[in-house]
Amino acid sequence: MVDVVLWASLRRFADDKESVEVQADTVGGILKELVKLYPALKPHIDRGVSVSVDGDIIASGLNEPVANDSEVVLLQRVKGG
Amino acid sequence: MALDDTGGREFRVVGTRPKRPDGVDKVTGRAKFGADAYASGMLYGAILRSPHPHARIISIDISRALADPSVKSVVTRSDFADGLEGDELDVLENVMASDKVLYDGHAVAAVAATSLLAAKDALALIDVSYETLPFVTDLDEAIKPGAPIIKEGVADETVPEGMHPNVARFHENGHGDVEKGFSEADLVIEKSFITEAAHQGYIEPHACLAQLGPDGKGELWCCTQGHFAAARICAQLVEIDASQLRVTASEIGGGFGGKTTVFIEPVALALSRKSNRPVKIVMTRDEVFRATGPTSSSSMDVKIGMKKDGKITAAQGEFRLQGGAFPGAPMEFTAMCAFAPYDLENVRSVGLDILCNRPKQAAYRAPGSPMGAFAAESVIDELCNKLNLDPIEVRLKNAAKEGVRSSFGPRFKRIGLVETLEAAKAHPHYSAPLQPGQGRGISCGFWFNHSGETSVSLSLSYDGTVSLSVGTPDIGGSRASMCQMAAEELGVPYENVRTTIADTSSLGYNDISHGSRVTYASGLATIKAAQDTIKKLCGRAAAEWGIDEEAVVWEEGCARPSGANAGDFEPMSLAEIAANMGNTGGPISGHFEATPQGAGMSFATHIVDAEVDQDTGAAKVIRYTVVQDAGKAIHPSYVEGQYQGGAVQGIGWALNEEYVYGDDGRLQNAGFLDYRIPVASDLPFIDTVIVEVPNPGHPYGVRGVGETSICPPLAAIANAVSNAAGVRMTHLPMSPPRLLNAISEAKIG
Repeated sequence: MVDVVLWASLRRFADDKESVEVQADTVGGILKELVKLYPALKPHIDRGVSVSVDGDIIASGLNEPVANDSEVVLLQRVKGG
Repeated sequence: MALDDTGGREFRVVGTRPKRPDGVDKVTGRAKFGADAYASGMLYGAILRSPHPHARIISIDISRALADPSVKSVVTRSDFADGLEGDELDVLENVMASDKVLYDGHAVAAVAATSLLAAKDALALIDVSYETLPFVTDLDEAIKPGAPIIKEGVADETVPEGMHPNVARFHENGHGDVEKGFSEADLVIEKSFITEAAHQGYIEPHACLAQLGPDGKGELWCCTQGHFAAARICAQLVEIDASQLRVTASEIGGGFGGKTTVFIEPVALALSRKSNRPVKIVMTRDEVFRATGPTSSSSMDVKIGMKKDGKITAAQGEFRLQGGAFPGAPMEFTAMCAFAPYDLENVRSVGLDILCNRPKQAAYRAPGSPMGAFAAESVIDELCNKLNLDPIEVRLKNAAKEGVRSSFGPRFKRIGLVETLEAAKAHPHYSAPLQPGQGRGISCGFWFNHSGETSVSLSLSYDGTVSLSVGTPDIGGSRASMCQMAAEELGVPYENVRTTIADTSSLGYNDISHGSRVTYASGLATIKAAQDTIKKLCGRAAAEWGIDEEAVVWEEGCARPSGANAGDFEPMSLAEIAANMGNTGGPISGHFEATPQGAGMSFATHIVDAEVDQDTGAAKVIRYTVVQDAGKAIHPSYVEGQYQGGAVQGIGWALNEEYVYGDDGRLQNAGFLDYRIPVASDLPFIDTVIVEVPNPGHPYGVRGVGETSICPPLAAIANAVSNAAGVRMTHLPMSPPRLLNAISEAKIG
């Protein structure tokens, strides 16, 4: 199981949990599982999020692997200027 | 200042300062910018813009314009796609208004005519009937009870109940217990801050030439930071297949985030389709100011608690940003970046995205981060002053480092903040004495950096020279650094490589040149494409020698047997292999397509000295030093240029630049005479220190450098000016009237 930390204003869409455990081994798998467990997260995830895996911010890499002991943090989608 | 190495690798080309490949073109006028495109039979387009900040469009009558024989086409919103949603709908709504105009300068119709003069004259022949509506251009006013609602139902589900309907989005991040942290502090300071909207201020106005036939096939030449993205969104807005629209990026006279979207390109395409003639549109400076994105203005409250020894016990901020009449103000990045430089046990940041009757904001170098740094670093400076602590020592005491949980969530990988602070502390600037009337300011700043979709192709010519095609417009010298990385990897001279920004039909999709991603991502792709080429070169040599490919290595630009057991063969150079490639298997090229994921985060520390005239309120920056972690500087001169550019734009934003709206809701200073960006005589020499803490996510250690350099200046300059003036400045820009007023109020007490 991967422990996924949610940003604070997202928690009310996931029963006020600071983090959610999901069974997944890729970034895409994590996002799918989150929506399955908490459908209210779908609009946020559909609009685009970044996922930090062990300190690397992944803005668009659904196939990126994730290990059970990885630190995974959901972030607002990172863009730039 | 290399503080680490990259696996002990000795670089031959990387880290040197060769001549820029576009230099001769640019100094001789040969370089083709957006307005330099011409086509046979070309028409000129002009856009009719709203004189009202908020109004309902009752009717648009184009009949008089169409009756003018010089007018070949007129378009309104009905000539664009129907049924778009989300971000795409917002882009279209900004490109051409539908039922309402939302800001002064909002486009309502456009004409194409046989001359520019005729096109501009024809705008007067379009009759638009408006019903004016109440408007609001100030972000704090926009969320007061009774403020005009700009768009009903714009708030998404993140916005808590009870907030004003002009709040479009809400964000919160943080960890720990801030109230507990504040109770443990010896001193808590809470202050409110304002920054005004500043334009990116690029020299080249938006310009394009479009050709779209009735068969749905089109060509577009434009100045843009992302021609692949331009093709994608334009195709959606004018309803054609993306692959039928070939987009070529011109040279670009600055973008800084402001050219990451489209404004005039879909209009030119629609006019061209209707007239079946090529159409060119070049914005005036007035249009650039009124209708393209400035950055957001902000209103912020920050509270920080500190122990007497300088340890921060808690930090909290609310960051309210307006992004014009559309959602998208980068308040989440303000909230995420404001406290990012520090190792905090208790931190909470809130962001609000607020609508006003202003143009749709566009990204501007590290969007959102500079404002947050201004607020947070000003309060830290005030705490240091009140507790009589050294500002760099305090920042070192609290500095984030590898393994620290960031204020926005993840633990940091290898980062170089401490190294920038140590370098700043050791710099002669920091210990130089100040004269009466002068003050010194320090600030740190943070930006994430970005990766994005990247596709590169590298091919060899028969003479052994190298053509490199990348899909990221060169907005900061990337062609030079790409040539260097290709030359480094292949073992050929820098001069033997030419890098071209390929059009959208020549490469796979490339994300925009934004997020400080180009030297990182296109550089990584270039290295990988060169390695792919090397593998093929080694294969050709192996076949010639009759040995296994694995028994061939590539060293110093030549294929060589890997050891004595592989055989005794003379090294075969790239030029020798290329000269015979037609006979040994055909053309040789290398490719790489991916979305790299290891963009390293970046920190900077700036030192600023400022002088304040107590009688006039004029502030002048008299000394400026930028210290920033580049990971690995591929071309140090360009890195220094990015550092200096960020500092200079920060000086403008901090001291002079602001959008001024009148009581009529119209922009009052849409030109460089009244919107004053810094000129050379306003500036000291900007000293730079390149710190190199390699990014483990790049083969050479590169971190993006383009954006972090604009994160600390607002705060560093405000701290310097505040310390010189003896009054805390909380409202940017610190223009002479504003500064004089603050000094006068402080004297009155």
